[in-house]
Amino acid sequence: MSEFKPVLLASVGKPESHTRKVYEQSGGYQALRKVLKTLSPKDVQEQTKASGLRGRGGAGFPTGLKWTFLPKDHPGPIYFCLNADESEPGTFNNRILMEDDPHQVLEGLIISCFATNSAVAYFYMRCEYPLAYKRICQAVAECYEAGYLGKNILGSGYSLEIHVHRGAGAYICGEETGLIESLEGKRAWPRIKPPFPAVEGAFRKPTVVNNVETVACVKHIFDRGVDWFKSIGIPPDPNNPRDAGSYGPKLYCLSGHINKPGCYEAPLGITVTELIEEFGGGVWKGRKAKAAIPGGISMGLLKENEFHCKLDFNGPGKFGCLGLGTAAVVVMDETVRMVDFLLNSCRFFSHESCGQCTPCREGTSWATKMMTRIKHGKGRLKDLDLLLEIAENIGIMPGTTICGLADGAAWPLKNCIKKFRNELEVYIKSTNPSGWMETAAVPALQLLDIH
Amino acid sequence: MPTVFVNGQEITIGDKERLNGIQVAERAGVDIPRYCWHPGLSVVASCRMCLVEAGKKDSATGKITMQPKVVPACQTPATDGTVFVTNSPKVIEARAMVEEDLLLRHPVDCPICDKAGECSLQDYHFEHGREERRADIQPFTSRRRELGDTVTLFVDRCVMCTRCVRFTREVSGTSELMVINRGAHEEIDVFRDENGKLEFPLDNKLSGNVVDLCPVGALGDKDFLYQQRVWFMKSHDNVCAGCSTGCSIKVEENQDHVYRLKPRTNPHVNGYWMCDEGRYGFHHVHDANRVTEPRRLEKTGYVNVEWSVLPQELHAKLKKTSRLAVVLSPHLTVEEAYLLAKYAKSIDSSAVLALGPVPTQGTDEKFKSGFVIHAEKCPNRRGVESVVASLGGSLLNWGDFLGLAESEAFGAVWITGGYKTNWNDDAAVASLANSKLLIVQDCFASPLWDRADYQLPSATFAEREGSYVNYQDRLQSFKWAVRPPQGVKADGQLYWQLLGRTGLYNAAVVVEEIGREIPVFAPAIGGVPEPGVDLKVNQIA
Repeated sequence: MSEFKPVLLASVGKPESHTRKVYEQSGGYQALRKVLKTLSPKDVQEQTKASGLRGRGGAGFPTGLKWTFLPKDHPGPIYFCLNADESEPGTFNNRILMEDDPHQVLEGLIISCFATNSAVAYFYMRCEYPLAYKRICQAVAECYEAGYLGKNILGSGYSLEIHVHRGAGAYICGEETGLIESLEGKRAWPRIKPPFPAVEGAFRKPTVVNNVETVACVKHIFDRGVDWFKSIGIPPDPNNPRDAGSYGPKLYCLSGHINKPGCYEAPLGITVTELIEEFGGGVWKGRKAKAAIPGGISMGLLKENEFHCKLDFNGPGKFGCLGLGTAAVVVMDETVRMVDFLLNSCRFFSHESCGQCTPCREGTSWATKMMTRIKHGKGRLKDLDLLLEIAENIGIMPGTTICGLADGAAWPLKNCIKKFRNELEVYIKSTNPSGWMETAAVPALQLLDIH
Repeated sequence: MPTVFVNGQEITIGDKERLNGIQVAERAGVDIPRYCWHPGLSVVASCRMCLVEAGKKDSATGKITMQPKVVPACQTPATDGTVFVTNSPKVIEARAMVEEDLLLRHPVDCPICDKAGECSLQDYHFEHGREERRADIQPFTSRRRELGDTVTLFVDRCVMCTRCVRFTREVSGTSELMVINRGAHEEIDVFRDENGKLEFPLDNKLSGNVVDLCPVGALGDKDFLYQQRVWFMKSHDNVCAGCSTGCSIKVEENQDHVYRLKPRTNPHVNGYWMCDEGRYGFHHVHDANRVTEPRRLEKTGYVNVEWSVLPQELHAKLKKTSRLAVVLSPHLTVEEAYLLAKYAKSIDSSAVLALGPVPTQGTDEKFKSGFVIHAEKCPNRRGVESVVASLGGSLLNWGDFLGLAESEAFGAVWITGGYKTNWNDDAAVASLANSKLLIVQDCFASPLWDRADYQLPSATFAEREGSYVNYQDRLQSFKWAVRPPQGVKADGQLYWQLLGRTGLYNAAVVVEEIGREIPVFAPAIGGVPEPGVDLKVNQIA
């Protein structure tokens, strides 16, 4: 692991790293020049596909493949949306990139737009990132000055406009069709698919939505080559035909009860233990870890004895988690009560549910109310079964919702109840000694409101 | 032709038909529960009540591959080989879940809810819901707030199907309604100022439709609110008499009192909608000022006449007159106009037939979805015109007729009305000064009525039976919904008796007769189906 040198984070921390001058001094925009001069959009698509780059936003869909879904010979316009609505709890890698190395993101974005024949790109940034907004706006202005954006970029005949758009503080705007709706000025209610955005997206035109870190990786693929990219990470699991492999460097957001929280770059496939020990400096206050979230709260929960889990796109799934997600690892030490974790998780998802699909809207809010009651010492063992039932029945996997938010809400519930059921039962029994065995419907309580 | 399988049943659909799972299941006689899907609105697939299992049958091998998850039937197109399963344990469980979810925060105030009895939430809960409530949520709040002059919102009863929101965006094109807040705190609302006062209320001429669209009791029709329990009412097919669009409607009444009108689906005319003008335009039926006594003018003033002797008395009087004129109101049904015209001709073969005044108001109004409210505020101008043109020779309108009446002294003039308001003036009375015997048949008093020798109370649209011909030459038939108030006889019955026919007036028999006699009406021969018949078909042929 020690021989790995950060690529995405190479400039982070250097003075004035957000300016074009500094960026160009370290070889910035050479990849773009090379691409525009020597490659066709189709070549860029092919090479990206060959690199095995998978989306860093959470779902891990192969980026090059996504681009090929665009209709061929479309008269246009084709839109490119950069998803910088980073809202998954525990995740801040896009923020680091946008604040400290915005030109890297923009260079990747321009290459990606070139590959997809987009003449207009929307940079959808969450509202809560004022510095990133400032830096990106500055960087975009610098790019227009330098001729990296605008008409006839570097004399190649390719033109691109970038519009920076700020969200208004909703988690669901990070869902790709929710983002598109929000961009169009509507409620961010995820759309029903088909049609997929590649066919009919923003303003009813073919649209690609990619994550900030994904396009940053695109820049490096064309800087250092496909072979370099493929030399990092983990090849596909031969026993899993659906695993496309996990190649390239990845930004891991390490937070929680560790000594050195932060955003670290490592090859895909690093284990949780390695991450905590090598980068995070161990669990804080000399305590033991109890559990960790593998990749943002919606991915579920790993127990301490599962920390050998490899954090690649395929790894967390082997331990009952939803997936790698945003690779935001949140470590909890032994003092954390799982009741608190679960209530917090439920509250977040019920607050952020867009409210479109009944199972998610009502299921997440019911789960929150139940968890609140359990937390306040009125829990019953039966509640755990109910919570599990809710968790198993909401989401796109059982098919009961339009988008994946409900799956994200379900996984912490499922994992936590499965992996920590004993602790939850002990909590319920000790806080509600007279009523934990009750199975009849409880009389209505004045419950805490979730807003 | 594409074949679709619903619960193992083979359904063949048309080559060009684009149906979803709900529609194709309907053809198989399978009802798929739904809240958000409505045939007249866009698909959002958000309520998730219509979840089914779907798959594909390979036509070559006959092998069926099912999707591992449940899918919303409303969003799943039925193509050749599509397989739908609507009764598997997975589907039953999914429906029970959605139904349970929707009732978590529902106030369950059915005893005081107008929708009770025709509520999807009730019906589906009965059919698909769980036996017992497992939730521990206090649902008993029932907030109400106004959305506009016609509609009120019971906030907590809402299931967020967003049909009403989509209606204002897609059909009326006025976009007043919206969803506020997020998640379980979502509510339907309109824009208000900081004090909660309506700033942009639900204010369009189709607003009442959102109440019909609401699958639960969230949207209340202020006109109907707390007036009647729905299970007491009987529903009668009828045709709106408000304008020349001639929307297919249902008149809902209990014991001869009309409580509300609702649109009846008719793809040829109104789709699924009707306008507020028509919807709330029935109150004159029960107006206290309606005239309800047939009277004859004597030297001492008016005296009441018995209906039992009236036909003979009128007939005797009319037979003696030399020159007869009949004004046929555009509110008459085709059958009534025909019978009266026929009767007039039987007495005086050169009797003058004229069309009554055709009220117009403003210009035609077209909405985003194509729905049109016509400026012509009567239901049957075209029908009466066709009758007059066929039996009376040239078409005479009200103005021409008054001019003629001034120059020519008629022995008797029979004027039919049926308008909702006072429709004539003293000038009309003066024009008819030369006419000897004036018979006025109307619902409300007017200058002509006050000067009539015979005052005959007339029926309103809900009490009539017959057919109207709308602006696009579509003839729609209907039966009476309520009996006329005591003392009033439906116009058709009087004409029927005047012609010496026995028994009760029967519009179906008359329209058949008209079809044989007047070529334009030939498509009506053999009975008029529910959506009506297109009279243009015949004209082209």
